[in-house]
Amino acid sequence: MTEALLQVEGLTKRFGGVIASDAITIDVKRGELHAIIGPNGAGKTTLIGQLTGEITPNTGSVRFDGSDITALPTYRRSMLGLARSFQITSLFPDFSVIDNVALAAQAHDGHSFRFWADAREQPELREAAMIALKRVGLADRANLLVAKLSHGEHRQLEIAMALATKPRMLLLDEPMAGMGPDESSRMVAMLKQLKQELTILLIEHDMEAVFALADRITVLVYGKVIASGTPDEIRANAEVIQAYLGERDAEAANG
Amino acid sequence: MSRLFTVRNVVVVALLIFLALVPFFAVLTGNAFLTTLFTRIVILAIAAVSLNLIMGFGGMVSFGHAAYLGIGGYAVGILAYEKVTSAFIQWPVALVACAIFALITGALSLRTRGVYFIMITLAFAQMIYYVGVSLDRYGADDGLTIYTRSQFAGLINLSNRTVFYYFCFACLMGTIYLVWRMVNSRFGMVIQGARSNDRRMRSIGFPTYRYRLVCFVIAGVLCGLSGVLLANQADFISPATMHWTRSGDLIVMAVLGGMGSVIGPVMGAVALLVLEETLPHIIGAVGGFVTGKSMVAAKEYWALILGPMLLLVVLFARGGIDGLLRRFGRD
Ligand SMILES: Nc1ncnc2c1ncn2[C@@H]1O[C@H](COP(=O)(O)OP(=O)(O)OP(=O)(O)O)[C@@H](O)[C@H]1O
Ligand SMILES: [Mg+2]
Repeated sequence: MTEALLQVEGLTKRFGGVIASDAITIDVKRGELHAIIGPNGAGKTTLIGQLTGEITPNTGSVRFDGSDITALPTYRRSMLGLARSFQITSLFPDFSVIDNVALAAQAHDGHSFRFWADAREQPELREAAMIALKRVGLADRANLLVAKLSHGEHRQLEIAMALATKPRMLLLDEPMAGMGPDESSRMVAMLKQLKQELTILLIEHDMEAVFALADRITVLVYGKVIASGTPDEIRANAEVIQAYLGERDAEAANG
Repeated sequence: MSRLFTVRNVVVVALLIFLALVPFFAVLTGNAFLTTLFTRIVILAIAAVSLNLIMGFGGMVSFGHAAYLGIGGYAVGILAYEKVTSAFIQWPVALVACAIFALITGALSLRTRGVYFIMITLAFAQMIYYVGVSLDRYGADDGLTIYTRSQFAGLINLSNRTVFYYFCFACLMGTIYLVWRMVNSRFGMVIQGARSNDRRMRSIGFPTYRYRLVCFVIAGVLCGLSGVLLANQADFISPATMHWTRSGDLIVMAVLGGMGSVIGPVMGAVALLVLEETLPHIIGAVGGFVTGKSMVAAKEYWALILGPMLLLVVLFARGGIDGLLRRFGRD
């Protein structure tokens, strides 16, 4: 069981002249929270896209739980237990909050070629959805239309949907993007809870949150991994400080 | 949240009751044409409801839905011409043919999105239109007269105007109920989710393509039923039935009536076809009254009035007639 849950090897993705992923190799161990940091345009979202199968890499491989998933379509990866949240909120805006999450639960409750019974009346889906909503603190918003929620609540709903797919690993793309300080700290508290039971790959710009949560950190610059290690190692890494953290951030990271 | 006695619900129930009583009104007014007109309306409403299943709920805007009217109709026409008049053979053949056509064209079209999807469905429909034109044995351009309506082994006599009307009405009600169950089922959730955000659907674990394809096939088969009935009603089938303008008519019915509900397209079908029927007379009468001369020629211009009316609905009544009625209810 010491083997990594997610093994990324030599992943390369070119967009025309831009090399968005440059021979990325990362291992994420079971149960760890692995953060990926890097400046804008470093290729973080592109990396997640390749892990979920939305973007096909030019070369390299992705292994999940020991098996090669590089060629699997997105939905199959979701079936294996890989769930993502989107940097740019991606929900079903014309559905109610609970319908959004129930749909995620439905995806993992057998096939959906069921044409007759009312899906909104099925307790197994409703209850699974409510459990996920409670975890992210949206239970009291369940019957609202998604369009009526605030931005912060949309971010929480993103996570609830990912959780409803009964994942083994979460890929979170800047879950705190655009959140106020209060919402951010609540999100950090929630992620602390989640990391007890799930393996998490976290992309985040909020250094305070990253250093508070991460077991390991990988630094990505221009598609390349320039450093990978424990928070203390990253903090002390001269190249990282120079390339990314900068003096001000370095101070913040050191507390 | 959901009150029973909204303006909208009252109108829907009134409409259904009216449709159920059309043959009585025809007798009362001594106007047999009323039943004929509404038979056509009810039949095309089935097609519009089926189109809305993929267009309104599935976000698949097909510009080739009339192809199924033609395939269903030709199946009946050709078999009747070849002396096979039993509905128990004709109808399954028609529906299976529609399913196969939907499966093949859907499998290809659903790989595209947006305008490309509209164009490719149109292209397939044009293809089948020209197949119809080239059927020399079956009348080609001129079409094919159907001398015997589908036979139900003496159980149902489709040649009786009233019986046929109620048969079509029952088919419409059945279609509405079926589609209504379907859009609220797990399957329906997937279809609507794929319309709303296909990328997210795949990310939470749905192979959306196959669900959309099945939906496309179901809609094709339901529209095929409409085609079967239409050919029986007209006692005639020709390529004109699947002309692209007919596909356009079906889209107009759905948009005009409202794509957000199962019943909306029924309202659209009634509104469009009744207007189509009455506008020429109204224009003729009004024109004649104003100018004091016979304005028979003005009748030709009914489309000039209908066009802008449709434009107004699309621009100012998002959600069509049904959406408008719902808004009434809220105030
Ligand atoms: N579909 C695409 N086509 C072309 N170029 C792309 C595409 N997607 C991403 N890129 C480019 O790849 C690089 C990496 O983008 P990516 O979105 O992965 O960065 P990121 O690290 O997530 O940035 P941010 O912190 O702003 O979210 C950028 O230069 C971007 O312009
Ligand atoms: Mg990004």
